[in-house]
Amino acid sequence: MSASNDSNSGIVQVKYNDEIVRMFILATIFWATVAFSVGIIIAAQMVIWQLNLNTSWLTFGRLRPLHTNFNLFAFAGNAIFVGIYHSTQRLLKTRLFSDSLSKLHFWGWQSIIVLAAITLPLGLSQGKEYAELEWPIDIALVLIWVVFAINFFGTLLKRNEKHMYVSIWFYIATIVTVGLLYIVNAISLPISFFKSYIVFAGIQDALVQWWYGHNAVAFFLTTPFLGFMYYYMPKAANRPIYSYRLSVMHFWSLIFLYIWAGPHHLLNTALPEWLQTLGIVFSVMLWAPSWGGAVNGILTLRGAWNLLRTDPIIKFLVAAITFYAMVTFEGPLLSVKAVNSLGHYTDWIVGHVHLGTLGWNGFLTFGILYFIVPKLWKTELYSKKLANIHFWIGILGILFYYLSMLASGITQGLMWRAVDANGNLVYPDFIETVIRIVPLFFFRAIGGVLFLAGFVFLIYNVYKTIKQAPKDLADETVQIKGTSSAINHPERGHRRLEGMAVAFTILALIAILAGSIIEVIPTLSINKYVKTEKKIKPFTPLELAGRDIYIKEGCYTCHSQMIRSIHSEELRYGAASTIEESMYDRPFQWGSKRTGPDLARLGKKYPDLWHYMHMENPRAVTKESIMPAYPWLISSKIDFNRLEKTIALFKKLGVPYSDKDISDASISAKTQALGIAARLKDQGVKGDVSDKKITALIAYLQALGQKGAQ
Amino acid sequence: MTILYIIIPIAIILVSSFVFFFIWAVKTEQFDDLETPAHKILIDDWNDKLTNFQSPSFPLFQKGAKGD
Repeated sequence: MSASNDSNSGIVQVKYNDEIVRMFILATIFWATVAFSVGIIIAAQMVIWQLNLNTSWLTFGRLRPLHTNFNLFAFAGNAIFVGIYHSTQRLLKTRLFSDSLSKLHFWGWQSIIVLAAITLPLGLSQGKEYAELEWPIDIALVLIWVVFAINFFGTLLKRNEKHMYVSIWFYIATIVTVGLLYIVNAISLPISFFKSYIVFAGIQDALVQWWYGHNAVAFFLTTPFLGFMYYYMPKAANRPIYSYRLSVMHFWSLIFLYIWAGPHHLLNTALPEWLQTLGIVFSVMLWAPSWGGAVNGILTLRGAWNLLRTDPIIKFLVAAITFYAMVTFEGPLLSVKAVNSLGHYTDWIVGHVHLGTLGWNGFLTFGILYFIVPKLWKTELYSKKLANIHFWIGILGILFYYLSMLASGITQGLMWRAVDANGNLVYPDFIETVIRIVPLFFFRAIGGVLFLAGFVFLIYNVYKTIKQAPKDLADETVQIKGTSSAINHPERGHRRLEGMAVAFTILALIAILAGSIIEVIPTLSINKYVKTEKKIKPFTPLELAGRDIYIKEGCYTCHSQMIRSIHSEELRYGAASTIEESMYDRPFQWGSKRTGPDLARLGKKYPDLWHYMHMENPRAVTKESIMPAYPWLISSKIDFNRLEKTIALFKKLGVPYSDKDISDASISAKTQALGIAARLKDQGVKGDVSDKKITALIAYLQALGQKGAQ
Repeated sequence: MTILYIIIPIAIILVSSFVFFFIWAVKTEQFDDLETPAHKILIDDWNDKLTNFQSPSFPLFQKGAKGD
């Protein structure tokens, strides 16, 4: 037991577990360095594609998932554990539930990150954004999250402070919701240890994915950090939060509204109209609680604005909250259908996300680190001046990043939709719109370098601070008045709820389940939306093998497969995509960004040879292309043996394959491959490529949009 | 305009429920103490003196600002 009774006065001594917080701090700093660096590498690859050194595991399509997963789970994840473990103990006046669970949590989480670092560059991916990790890692991640939850709720139940402060509410919502989102979005069936297929298909997968994806932003990057704002802002300024009453409204409205907003990632697509409308309405409503919360944080400084001039910690925190306000202004704006039709699939979205991650998550974390590192290592911060330098370089980095992406996104969006007086596209060649924005990619990379450069100052500052720390780092011990002797006020309404951990958790769960159930459940009965009279032919085994390659190489990080119902888009790519066309797609590949053109109707547009040359060296067919070359697809072999398992699995999931299709899978694939290879040979390709990956990929690309139901 | 037949009753029901819950909240003294939880987190140790922190609501304790 960490608390020992002081005989007569009812004063209890509590010893906090600071060791675990220190460990998570060091992990945060280490992984942040890696995650930011990977970001800079892929930003530079957008300018000079050769920076992948012609290595498959360093290409953009594989490193981009690594960058997003690292920033989400490695940087933000460890930062979340720092803040939650540090502040929860102090808010609840008790030591963490279990020292060994804390350790298991720490090492388990770091192992998952290492596994991600190995598997993602190898191309072991489920092909769903921010959820690329393969099924064994998914299971490990969920288990460790459960360990974290047990540790947190155990602490909550043995707390010495009956009242739960608003930060704790946000932590509760985070833990419950992230668990639910992650599990549902990862439900998949394996065909081997390294390969699985998601059970949801097409529109269902799209909806579940963005219910998850958007709420990864909401409940991984927002709610825990709002909890930190409510704790660290008052602590650092040494004054109470502006309005506690506002925080009550902020919390409930935010968690209730956020969960509905996912469909705004799928506006103007084949998603049913009612879902799009719900997504828009709730996104716009989110404006209110987001700004209410931001105002609450910033106004905490009222009467002490001088701190903003003198204290770098306050600078970081206030800048972070300001970025939060900016990004939550922009979010609802981008969710309006008209604005979205311009911004979606462009760099504007990339800029928007980074405004949030660099500005809000990054700066808030840095502020917290500068605040608690000296406290936990029982010394003073080595240099305030270096922290100030970090602040300004970081700000400059964010501005470079955001402004270049905003300019790039709007430029490209306008070029895509430009139609002349005769009704023709002004820029019919997609590449014209890419050439125009490549210089902005360069400025974006500079922004990333500046942001990392600022972070290097933090690393040095923290290193020096730790170096001057005393040898003996005893856990912090405080004296508290035991709950038993606390004066009992008859509390009613919400204040009473604030002392009831279990009831509070259940209510929070109901709040986030409401939107989830109303949006997700109806969509799961697919027949409601899919017109069965529109016959769709499923992919052939070889095409499926090609699709696996498409996912493995991360093609979806730059190419969409969704023609939106927008006039200029139909002019450029053909008739708008229908729900039926992707009804067998596991995972769906509608994409979220077009660095290259949409591929929904790519099939039969070019001869096989064009694709062959394009994959071997994109510049052979499009002189200014910025796409990396994929020479390894021409040398490595197709795994024909696993096709039987894939087809059998898909049949089980309802794709109309016959038993013969299963048993003949590999023969049929080989036959189709021989045909393609023979044609390529006629057209002048040297050597036999009938068993090479390129052939399967060509088969898949040529089948896109060719399966009926347009 | 027939939508008005639905929207106006819904609006009336919503507004009356807001008024009802507001009156209920006031009567159950939920607005009586809006400050304590916000201040309490600033005290880490039972022995901490209130003079160690500043607050606009407690002008008496304004001096002894953090300084840096």
